[in-house]
Amino acid sequence: MTQVAEKLQPWLSVTEGRPHTGPRWLQDLRDRAAARFSALGFPTVRDEEWRFTNVAPIASAEFKPAGADATLATEAELSGYLYSDAAIRIVIVNGHLAPGLSRTTGLPAGVRVGSLAAAVTDHTEIVQRYLGQLADFGTRAFTALNTALATDGAYVYIPDGVVLEQPIHLLFVTTASAASGPIMSSARALIVAGERSQARIVETYVGPQGTSYFTNAVTEVVAGEGSVLDHYKVQQESVQAFHVGSMHVHAARAANFSSHSFSLGGKLVRNDAAALLDGEGAECTLNGLYLADGDRLVDNHTAIDHAKAHCPSHEIYKGILGGRAHAIFNGKIIVRQDAQKTDAKQTNRALLLSDDATINTKPQLEIFADDVKCTHGAAIGQLDDDAIFYLRARGLTYFEARDMLIHAFAGDILDRVKIEPLRVALEAELYAQLARDLAELDAA
Amino acid sequence: MLDIRNLHVRAENKEILKGIDLRVNAGEVHAIMGPNGSGKSTLARALSGHPEYHVTGGEVLFEGRDLLEMDPDERAREGVFMAFQYPVEIAGVNNAYFLKAALNAKRKHHGEPELDAMEFMALIKSKSSLLDIDQSMLSRAVNEGFSGGEKKRNEIFQMALLEPKLAILDETDSGLDIDALKLVATGVNAMRGPDRAFIVVTHYQRLLDYIVPDYVHVLSGGRIVRSGGKELALELEKKGYGWIDASTGPGSSRAESTDATGAQPVGA
Repeated sequence: MTQVAEKLQPWLSVTEGRPHTGPRWLQDLRDRAAARFSALGFPTVRDEEWRFTNVAPIASAEFKPAGADATLATEAELSGYLYSDAAIRIVIVNGHLAPGLSRTTGLPAGVRVGSLAAAVTDHTEIVQRYLGQLADFGTRAFTALNTALATDGAYVYIPDGVVLEQPIHLLFVTTASAASGPIMSSARALIVAGERSQARIVETYVGPQGTSYFTNAVTEVVAGEGSVLDHYKVQQESVQAFHVGSMHVHAARAANFSSHSFSLGGKLVRNDAAALLDGEGAECTLNGLYLADGDRLVDNHTAIDHAKAHCPSHEIYKGILGGRAHAIFNGKIIVRQDAQKTDAKQTNRALLLSDDATINTKPQLEIFADDVKCTHGAAIGQLDDDAIFYLRARGLTYFEARDMLIHAFAGDILDRVKIEPLRVALEAELYAQLARDLAELDAA
Repeated sequence: MLDIRNLHVRAENKEILKGIDLRVNAGEVHAIMGPNGSGKSTLARALSGHPEYHVTGGEVLFEGRDLLEMDPDERAREGVFMAFQYPVEIAGVNNAYFLKAALNAKRKHHGEPELDAMEFMALIKSKSSLLDIDQSMLSRAVNEGFSGGEKKRNEIFQMALLEPKLAILDETDSGLDIDALKLVATGVNAMRGPDRAFIVVTHYQRLLDYIVPDYVHVLSGGRIVRSGGKELALELEKKGYGWIDASTGPGSSRAESTDATGAQPVGA
């Protein structure tokens, strides 16, 4: 038996213990996912998609699936992540809905924001149509693992033509009692937006600071014809935690989907964001801002698949790295043969605050149509000395000048957040982290 | 106000300034002219504390204090202002926010209360009309996407706001059309006064039609080779820089050996 296979053995026991309840189609889905995971095993650095991200620390850690104990999280512990009292929110603790922490009153008729497990029974047709359909696990071990193990999660359904004024907040918490040892949670979300519907959705991933755990998250988003979805992912896990999350979006004709990813926590983080523009005039924005210091690793993989004509896509990813942090950005843009008049723009920039921080960045354009516009640009570097001097020549100290430039760098993405309490909270968290990083740099 | 003694400056491993002596009193406007590569901009940048310009000899006193000992930001807060030849674009930093930070850095340094947003906007309003600074220039990122003229106007606007004791204009006229040039000159002239001094670095006499200097110095080969009154600029315009080189020879003359135009003696 190879070393890799040995490592997999405890994980296979975990998937053996997957839930065997629910309707036949769901059990089939889990069975296929478990079989796929077993066949794939964890990716290694020989896998092109994981070239710079070694997941051995996850594979060898023997995390136990977390229990469905909603009492493990309290409102007080979560207060820093709730952003606004007004928002509709559901809290998912260790993959299971915690009704006591959730607020879903006042939703317009037909709108569902709640437990995915419940929707399996009473919204069966829609859940069966979409669950596991966008998040293809054929080549993705973590997605297969999540699909095999997830028993509950978040379900959002917005009927045709409904415009939701209030943002919907999905808060995913991974937490355990001290006695339970290292745990993993399989966080799952299914978001279905009907034709011409409109909503803003925030996904936040957190856990107790200083604890080590593994969050394996999968989100599927169905953006119906002409829908407008404004999505945010906030990854604020413990800096000792592992986070592997993927989002899979299907955008129909004239849908407008935008997502902003803020990756602030975690020791080893992988975010995948994939959007399929599958109808003419669908528009997609994938932006991101990530921060890492110490010896943390953050890997962002994005993929925008232009399958139909006249689809614009916009993408800006920015990172700020200190210490010996390592970041990876891989931005794939596919333009299919039929996708004429595609207009795709990708930018990725990283600011290295220390000499030991590194980034591997790769734009990956696969273009099969001839009448398209695709641009990409990458800029990696330290702070601009000319800009520092200019600010100093106007009376700002070196530190003031530096902070102003770093804040401006991040502000470019932060300012695009259209939910004010969220923007304020993100800004505060980001700047507090930066202040700590910079104080460390100054002390060195 | 400013006393430069035997200043030597290196940049990019080349000695550029080879002994500059210049005294500037409050209320005076000094023009520094000279051909390309003579060291005009090096002088301006060295005075502002640019890290790539290394002083290898001599001294500079600003109001009796050692200017060269001060960090660039301290020089600025003490009242030395340089209008950049190439103002830097700073993405993401709102121009008004930047101006307020600069102004408050200076006010704090001098023990004055910082201006709040309301007070600052009132001040901006009172200073902006002269330079035709419109709202869009204030709300955009610093210099980003500004035209050449807008950048230079923004520099002079900063000067108007920061009210320095000594303002150094580094080729502020380069690349400006005549209308922009007049605006810039109007802004500078409005700030002339008995307590403020200017060093105007320029390649062309044209600017000096609008900002009339008290003294003109000609730099060549890293030294001041000639000093005089405003007539000197006109003479240069007529005869070209070749005349300076021919009449003095590069580096052959020190500023002390100047003319009979009644300019103050320069140098120690």
